[in-house]
Amino acid sequence: MHKIAITSEGPSLDDQLDPRFGRAAGFVVVDLETMATQYLDNGQSQVMAQGAGIQATELIARAGVSCLLTGFVGPKAFKALAAVGIKVGQNLEGLTVRQAVERFQAGQVEMAQAANREAGR
Amino acid sequence: MIIAVASGKGGTGKTTVTASLATVWDGPVLAVDLDVEEPNLHLFLQPTIEGSAPAQLTVPVVDEARCTYCGACADLCQFKAISVMGQLLLTFPEMCHGCGGCLAVCPEQAISPGQRELGEISWGKTGGGGFLSGRLRLGEAMSPPLMRQVKARLNQMLAAGGDAIIDAPPGVSCPAVNAVIDSDVILLVTEPTPFGFHDFRLAWEAFASLGKPMGTVVNRAGLGHEAIYRFCEEKGLPILAEIPYDRVIAEAYARGRIVAEVSAELQETFVSLLSQVRDLAEPGCPGQAAHA
Ligand code: SF4
Ligand code: SF4
Repeated sequence: MHKIAITSEGPSLDDQLDPRFGRAAGFVVVDLETMATQYLDNGQSQVMAQGAGIQATELIARAGVSCLLTGFVGPKAFKALAAVGIKVGQNLEGLTVRQAVERFQAGQVEMAQAANREAGR
Repeated sequence: MIIAVASGKGGTGKTTVTASLATVWDGPVLAVDLDVEEPNLHLFLQPTIEGSAPAQLTVPVVDEARCTYCGACADLCQFKAISVMGQLLLTFPEMCHGCGGCLAVCPEQAISPGQRELGEISWGKTGGGGFLSGRLRLGEAMSPPLMRQVKARLNQMLAAGGDAIIDAPPGVSCPAVNAVIDSDVILLVTEPTPFGFHDFRLAWEAFASLGKPMGTVVNRAGLGHEAIYRFCEEKGLPILAEIPYDRVIAEAYARGRIVAEVSAELQETFVSLLSQVRDLAEPGCPGQAAHA
């Protein structure tokens, strides 16, 4: 079972990838074996004053995800993602969810070693 | 009586007004710098520092050998400073507000109190009174807990009597509201410019709901923007003092001098400000705080 989560502005593969992680609208979770998708709404993180990235990490960790594709990840969220063993592919803004998944499957997404955004909300 | 000197934005002369008021005060007074991110009251008052103490915050330290990953601590923490995911517990001390909730709620007593240094509190004497200041460590974001500790010491130091003047952080954020919330009177320092007015208005909106007597000090008066005066009249906000726009004052300010000491006239302005502040705090019944 290999599942990846993509930050998304909507529930389908053809929605735009949401560049934000902690405050993403939601996550499309794709099972790479069956290509079945599932949508996780992230509305709860969006109203938080702080810790949205950690909340979002909890959300996708519970969904059994092993890899995240997104735009930008801050340092605290990166620490949380690394701790639960979720790999991160970042700088994928501007793509649709489907394009990001295809790129990942083609081996063209490098896994990040560090956060690519300053600390902040 | 505690008076808080605040402003909608930085650079309006809030600190020099605080220092000037402290200098002309007619009794024992404690000058308090609660602008902990950028304390600079000491530059004006040049106090003799008599003591200091690190300001610490109690943060959770988890003994994973005892932890059952039940998640009770994480569910309770509204700041996401402690997180449980499966068989994994993470703490984010830099986000912890030190409320102690997680320590209290853990059924396994797996959490013990640890210390994280936020900054430093120092105190001493100026020519005419006491001095107290908090300074946040560089890069530290958690100012409210440090401010609480400064205020606890303020209350200790005031227990023997006397008044306090607080130099509040600029702006209308949580730390600014925190700094003025225990005061008897709020002084808003502003300058008559379009930007000055914009921020002044935000400050008024943020503080008006606290229901405390407020007054305005116009710095660099004569810069020509009249909206502030109209606004104050509309809202019944008294203008207690005007410090003219003047090169001599600007130069004195740049050299860290106290404005009230520049000329006899300015001294008079601040003496009159002081008596008006007292009237605001105690309308009609001397010796008794109106908003106690
Ligand atoms: S002390 Fe309070 S803020 Fe800090 S981790 Fe525990 S519950 Fe959260
Ligand atoms: S409440 Fe105590 S036992 Fe439960 S997860 Fe937190 S630290 Fe572990």
